[in-house]
Amino acid sequence: MKSYLFQRLIYMIFLLWMVSVVTFIVIQLPPGDYLSTYIARLEQNTGQQLAAEDEEALRRQYGLDLPLHLRYVKWFGQVLQGEFGFSYDYQEPVRDLIGERLILTFTIAILSAIFTYAVAIPIGIYSATHQYSFGDYVVSIVGFIGLAIPNFMLALILLYIGFKSFGLNLTGLFSPEYLYAPWSLAKIGDLLLHLPIPIIVVGTAGTAGLIRVLRGTLLDELNKQYVITARSKGVGEVRLLFKYPVRVALNPIVSSLAWLFPSLISGGTITAIVLGLPTAGPMLYRSLLTQDTFLTATLLMFVTILTVIGTTVSDILLVIVDPRIRMERAAS
Amino acid sequence: MLRLIGLKRPKGKLESAEFNEAYYLASQRQLVWRKFRRHRLAMSSLMVIIFLYSLAIFAEFFTINDYQKRHVAYAKAPPQALHFIDEAGNFHLVPFIYQLKQELDMETLRRNYTEDTSQRFHLRFFVKGLPYKLLGIFDTDIHLLGVDAPGVYFPFGTDELGRDLFSRTIVGARISLSIGFISVVISFCFGCLIGGISGYFGGKVDVVAQRIIEFIVSIPQLPLWMALSAALPPQWTSIQDYLAISTVLAVLSWPPLARAVRGKLLELREADFVMAARISNMGDYEIIVKHLLPSFASFLIVVLSLSVPGMILAETALSFLEIGIRPPAVSWGVLLQDAQNIRSLSQSPWLLIPGLFVILTVLSFNFLGDGLRDAADPYKQ
Repeated sequence: MKSYLFQRLIYMIFLLWMVSVVTFIVIQLPPGDYLSTYIARLEQNTGQQLAAEDEEALRRQYGLDLPLHLRYVKWFGQVLQGEFGFSYDYQEPVRDLIGERLILTFTIAILSAIFTYAVAIPIGIYSATHQYSFGDYVVSIVGFIGLAIPNFMLALILLYIGFKSFGLNLTGLFSPEYLYAPWSLAKIGDLLLHLPIPIIVVGTAGTAGLIRVLRGTLLDELNKQYVITARSKGVGEVRLLFKYPVRVALNPIVSSLAWLFPSLISGGTITAIVLGLPTAGPMLYRSLLTQDTFLTATLLMFVTILTVIGTTVSDILLVIVDPRIRMERAAS
Repeated sequence: MLRLIGLKRPKGKLESAEFNEAYYLASQRQLVWRKFRRHRLAMSSLMVIIFLYSLAIFAEFFTINDYQKRHVAYAKAPPQALHFIDEAGNFHLVPFIYQLKQELDMETLRRNYTEDTSQRFHLRFFVKGLPYKLLGIFDTDIHLLGVDAPGVYFPFGTDELGRDLFSRTIVGARISLSIGFISVVISFCFGCLIGGISGYFGGKVDVVAQRIIEFIVSIPQLPLWMALSAALPPQWTSIQDYLAISTVLAVLSWPPLARAVRGKLLELREADFVMAARISNMGDYEIIVKHLLPSFASFLIVVLSLSVPGMILAETALSFLEIGIRPPAVSWGVLLQDAQNIRSLSQSPWLLIPGLFVILTVLSFNFLGDGLRDAADPYKQ
């Protein structure tokens, strides 16, 4: 077990390094850079041509005169020291910009995961044990629609309903008076009021998928002979259900965390843009459009790091939960 | 899958001897088709998909108004209802619409539309209208539906600039429905190549390929898609954009395909007929093309039909964020851009109609894929 954990850790670090390389290359793909957009805007505003040597100086000041690999080495050196470069657009160090947003992003992803499991597991068990019942039909239909509806559209529809029937504006994570207020109990309470909508929106697609998986596996398990044997020996229905079949059926659910987490972060990104949440999503979107290199790279990297951590945790959980996998590892 | 929707699995046990004979004599293709036909939900989904694609292919024929024309007088008009019974209570076999009457609310400065019941326009079929080229070849000007001037008919209402949402939705289907296919084909090539190599050769090649796949799967797709499509030069034409976006979608979505191909290949590699081919000194390439590919073609079709909806959703999301397909090109995602904020949404909720088409398409592809999966292995009872 220990060597397995160690192996996973090494692999995770390697993954994270790969992520930093890939993100850095990807964000350098667009033609031009922040400075060329900036200069174009400057020239438009002042109506004057910027002298070539001034442009050179600016370029040197921003470190944009270096070739790609040197820029990467320079930036990665900073990253290792906990500095993530300077945001051209916000004129602030990236580190100061992203902290709170990343925490909120991660919070929403984790809460959505909890929501997903809390909803999917009981419903999945219900619809497997009550196969072909009215409730089963309803759940299946709702689940399929949940799978098919784009995240952002669900957000828009909920916004519309909230606005039309309750006159509420559900965008954002804080009421205006708390937006710039320091953290306090009241602010946290306000946050809790605003959290449900993004969590429901982000969690729905995953919930629908999980219900489908859980129902399928549980139905297979329920028809197996050990269930019949247990029943013939007089084990009570509830105990019978939870003692064996549910436990087996939960395995694919635990391993689903590996794909669930990237999709939660993805879904969270677009939902946050639609709902105007102060998470990494909208900031990433804006920084992509303004070619704010270091901010984009850092955000992309952290968003990916969050997913890689989520995936690793789910792998480890699976080993803990499923004795069969544990044995296999021990054997090899 | 059948069970999941709650349909009863058709009684598969065949008692009569002649039926049994027919069953054993049928070719695999016949069996697959027979089994697929029994899956009612998948069959109706196939119908829906065929319907949607014919809408896209013959888009000009189905449009009522020019999809780019701005009907300034009818900006933000709500969907018009079709009537069968007029004010006097008379029934008409051919449905009709009332002329739209516009009033300006002096308090909110919003336009309100009411129906002017004194002016009635009956729907006409196969009307002459804007000339176009059917399938890009035949010159014609026949449209399926229309009303006589000065009547106007907007089944889905209009957008802020007074453009007909119905016609735009139909024209938008072209990009939205085809981009899924193109990107699936591209990612399919990647997936088959890498998954195939990895599964067939195994060993170190396999380990490296698996690590790459794991790496890409662990990256959240949407942020990277955003980064890649934001990288497209703004001066590109719609066609370049279109091809680039489908490539971008494909770049991140081949790993699951590759993984599926590899798994199936690993299973088939051990099959007796592959061993026989190898013993009789057949080359690797020949074995792959002649023996392996045909034996999991049906499996691939299933995987493909299940990955189209993901692509369609992704295109919609990217275009919605204005970094996918760009106007004046029209796709469902582009149309949904107009519904981006609560203000326009509360005034004209019908702008979400293109989204219903997205949901319908994605649902249909999912059901179709499920039906195909059941049918792909016709020997399983």
